[in-house]
Amino acid sequence: MSGETRTIRVTINGRDYERTIAPNLLLSDFIRHEAELTGTHVGCEHGVCGACTILHDGRPARSCLMLAVQANGARLETIESLANGEALHPLQTAFWEKHGLQCGYCTPGILMTMKAFLAETPKPSEAQIREALSGNLCRCTGYQQIVEAVRHAAALLRGEAS
Amino acid sequence: MKPPPFAYRDPATLGEALALLAANVDARPLAGGQSLVPMLNFRLVHPPMIVDLNRIGALAGIVIGADAATIGAMTRQRDAERDMDLARAWPLIIEALRHVGHIQTRSRGTIGGSLAHNDPAAELPAVMLALDATMSVQSARGGRKIASADFFVSTLTTALDPGELLVSIDLPRPPRDAGFGFAELARRHGDFALAAAAVVVSRAGGGHARIALTGMGDGPRRALEAEAALVEGGFSDAAIAVAVAAASAAVKPIDDLHAPAWYRKKVAGVMAARACRDAIARMAS
Repeated sequence: MSGETRTIRVTINGRDYERTIAPNLLLSDFIRHEAELTGTHVGCEHGVCGACTILHDGRPARSCLMLAVQANGARLETIESLANGEALHPLQTAFWEKHGLQCGYCTPGILMTMKAFLAETPKPSEAQIREALSGNLCRCTGYQQIVEAVRHAAALLRGEAS
Repeated sequence: MKPPPFAYRDPATLGEALALLAANVDARPLAGGQSLVPMLNFRLVHPPMIVDLNRIGALAGIVIGADAATIGAMTRQRDAERDMDLARAWPLIIEALRHVGHIQTRSRGTIGGSLAHNDPAAELPAVMLALDATMSVQSARGGRKIASADFFVSTLTTALDPGELLVSIDLPRPPRDAGFGFAELARRHGDFALAAAAVVVSRAGGGHARIALTGMGDGPRRALEAEAALVEGGFSDAAIAVAVAAASAAVKPIDDLHAPAWYRKKVAGVMAARACRDAIARMAS
């Protein structure tokens, strides 16, 4: 078959990564193995669990359903972009305070999905939160505290205590 | 769970894409990738070449005219969902899109990709049947138009010939008084439909009804007898009851992992009833 390669340049969390890769490399594997940003988790690798969700040019996307070559020239954000040094992002603070995770495997995907969701919907209803979370599977928590954490994060991002 | 090797081409123009597809009969076009990439990851498909359509800007975008709208095949589902002008005249599309996967998949997934893939439980093919959409397709040999009733053939199969691409979807403007309804049952929000119904009704020109069902057997189908019953009964409650019975009788669902056939048949009727009632209530009097 084809042994072809492509050289791509991708901006992840403000840093440029130029790599020569095979076209069948998934973007999720590029992020983890080439950029060595292992905060993006890979769960199902067929677009069901949402653990690998990143922001692609500002929009939430499943990185296991994109080829890395397709991200050439794109601006990506991963979970590593949230905290500023030791200072947690309000989403992270909210998940910490409301116990919005247990094993944490699904959390990076949830936080990146919620970052985009709360930017568009700063004051969401519970129904809106649940609909926005529908593409991220968590098998530990039963979602109750995740929903609480998202509501709390929305309040923190609006500059209110909840 | 990793794609097999393939040659990758990402042409910038439709002409180049069509030439590549003509020269490589087993090449697969890649639209939003929300169905094809999982199939690659599972190695259910082994195309020697992927022709990525994502750089062809001319294939994306929505143009709304006086009599019709044209949706470029590569328009992202999320962009269509947020198009206020589309929502005003064709609210059925927006209502159905909220059931298509999740925000993350709609960011990438395209209108045309979903139609050309034709999953038998997908929402958009049924919506296009209900809206009397026409598909514009092109190959290196030229272009043609295909009515949606002829486009969706069976499971994962459309009227597209090898080397042909769906380039845009034409939606005639519905009558002014038209009412729309969409109802779906899925195991979880965003899953493929166990059963869903898309309905358009109007009193214009002696009455007009479209009832399209999905989640059944080999793909979306219009329930023609149910449509006739709705119009002939003047959209009354009695007419809805006759239409729903006809719709449920017409579908031929199959047993699978997600639901037995008898259940789908029953739910198809319930979804048709809900969508009909909503559409009739929304019809301007």
